[in-house]
Amino acid sequence: MAEQFQTQQLALANSVAQLPLLTTLNAQGREAFAEAAMPTRKTEAWKYTSLTALLANEYGAPAVAGSNEQLTAAATINGLDAARLVFVNGQLSNELSDALALQQVTLFSQANDGQQALISEKLNSVLTQAQGSEHLFNDLNNANVNEGVLIHVGKNERLQQPLQISYLTTQNANPFAVTARILLVMETGADATVVEHYGSDEHAQVNFTNALTEILVGDNARLQHYRLNLMQEESLHIGSTHIDLGRDSQYNAFHLALGSRITRSDLVVNHNKGGSHCEISGVYIPQNQQLVDFHTCIEHKVAHCTSNEVFRGIMNDKAKAVFNGRIHIHPQAQKTLAELSNKNLLLTNSAEINTKPELEIYADDVKCAHGATVAQLDEKGLFYLRSRGISKREAEVIMSFGFINELLEALPDEAITNLLRPILAQRFGREQDLALHLLENEAAGIAGENA
Amino acid sequence: MISIKNLHANVEDKQILKGLNLEIGPGEVHAIMGPNGAGKSTLGNVLSGRDGYEVTEGSVVLNGKDILEMEPEERAREGLFLAFQYPVEIPGVSNLEFLKASVDAVRAHQGKDALDSVQFLKLAREKCKAVNLDASFLKRGVNEGFSGGEKKRNELMQMMLLEPELCILDETDSGLDIDALQVVAEGVNAMRDPKRSFIVVTHYQRLLDYIVPDYVHVLANGRIVKSGGKELALELEEKGYGWLENSDNGAA
Repeated sequence: MAEQFQTQQLALANSVAQLPLLTTLNAQGREAFAEAAMPTRKTEAWKYTSLTALLANEYGAPAVAGSNEQLTAAATINGLDAARLVFVNGQLSNELSDALALQQVTLFSQANDGQQALISEKLNSVLTQAQGSEHLFNDLNNANVNEGVLIHVGKNERLQQPLQISYLTTQNANPFAVTARILLVMETGADATVVEHYGSDEHAQVNFTNALTEILVGDNARLQHYRLNLMQEESLHIGSTHIDLGRDSQYNAFHLALGSRITRSDLVVNHNKGGSHCEISGVYIPQNQQLVDFHTCIEHKVAHCTSNEVFRGIMNDKAKAVFNGRIHIHPQAQKTLAELSNKNLLLTNSAEINTKPELEIYADDVKCAHGATVAQLDEKGLFYLRSRGISKREAEVIMSFGFINELLEALPDEAITNLLRPILAQRFGREQDLALHLLENEAAGIAGENA
Repeated sequence: MISIKNLHANVEDKQILKGLNLEIGPGEVHAIMGPNGAGKSTLGNVLSGRDGYEVTEGSVVLNGKDILEMEPEERAREGLFLAFQYPVEIPGVSNLEFLKASVDAVRAHQGKDALDSVQFLKLAREKCKAVNLDASFLKRGVNEGFSGGEKKRNELMQMMLLEPELCILDETDSGLDIDALQVVAEGVNAMRDPKRSFIVVTHYQRLLDYIVPDYVHVLANGRIVKSGGKELALELEEKGYGWLENSDNGAA
């Protein structure tokens, strides 16, 4: 099955129209992917992540899809005054997109000479910094990529609006593959908020999204990044985010995987120059038979950098999650301060979490703190709620919600918090009356500042 | 109101309550004092139905209903309220959401209409003011980062919103400075009502200067060993508990 997948994906790569700009990369990708071995249960980085559901189908190129009301709704984040680029089944939706009017944003296929030069120089340059954290699906992305988004924020420029890039999927006659590619280059002193969003409508569909985002945050630049995976339950998603941090730069991020049939998300941060800081929070909430696998890797390559990573997960039903948090402190990276926390709640006996902090420390003057916990809901909190007349089931919903909401409330963009709160409330309180109290204040418009 | 008869209870197989008897009529305030480890907090936990507290013998009847078989939430809906010695922090859940869920559950049980969000917010703000908590505490996480005094005032606010018939104050005075103690006591006194009863569990006579009890009981070694009027508290303050520990001379 694995060989078939490989052969068939290579055939697909050969069949797509290529951009001249990307031919070299495509060829490299094809070669690497053809040579790569498909992961098995014995491959350490995929040990707990079965790809059976991915390998069960043949994926072709999707037909051009129109938009519909559900997609329009999915592409809308209320209260976020964003410039948008929206793709439906991999094709740009002109109807839903307005961000190409910005001089900082273009598609690979529309890049001018200067932008093409930048793409040639930077595309794949962050991925290749990874030391073993890259995998064959990145090669596959290189093989297949024939379009992508370039965001180039110039020196001391500040993007006035958040930029939202949505990759949405809808029904298609046959199972299909989408290759998503984003290159974000922030020059010295640049400042931006970027929302990278994966979603789908509710029509039956079988698809596989292979996403790869490379981000260069220049000296003194600052990025607020959201990566939200809100795809429907049957979707397959393998995505990687690779980041290059310049001197005194800041990468602040929130990564969410609600869960799909398979979500594998890799996040690699390269601290390449001193004084850089990354602040990452993340949430995963698989349910039913879903699988979410987060692999994060913080490469502290130089001295005087700091990183703080907080991930929380709740697994319900028979869902399964993997969290692998690697911190690699190189010999010269003295005075590093690295923190990692991963807390998990299991709501049923058949849910599963495999969490592993992985610390490799080769410098002697560093502070590195990590903690991983797996627990059930806090008995004291449950009793407290019940002693106030709240039913056991509603108390469980409230406690689960609070565990995640704590991270949502800390997000700097309230529109994102407000987007996600109802989705989470409904995920925990599947019967409406159980989620009622978590949402009614919002419904009445007295949440937040008005409360 | 509540009738506790021959109550025996274990915690982790250790017997803590050993035949406790207590009768409380409507509108009465009963103080329970006693040395550390006597079972004072166990009593509150047993009455409110906490897991891990196993009743092995005896009965507790609240307004004619046996509550020992009830879940904690059912007891709360029947009008029992425990003000916690250590209120629990629940980050990520706003105080307002929590309070609304609680009041809705109790009102529904009593056959009263649910308050809408706006009505409720108004009511909650009034109660905040009554306990001298800024209204901004409503949107913070439940007890999250509250000082000791703020937590106790939050307990009191919940009590005011739920209007229970039996209030159990478990060492509500612990961790309070004099000013906070007065605020809490004033709140409790404002809630005294011919239909509402109180069990005030405390180590110190000081609280009883502010919340004046009708009866004072000494709980030692799992049972009530002496009962009296409010003057008993003063006597205890002076003499300590030692002279009572071995006596077995009376239940209320």
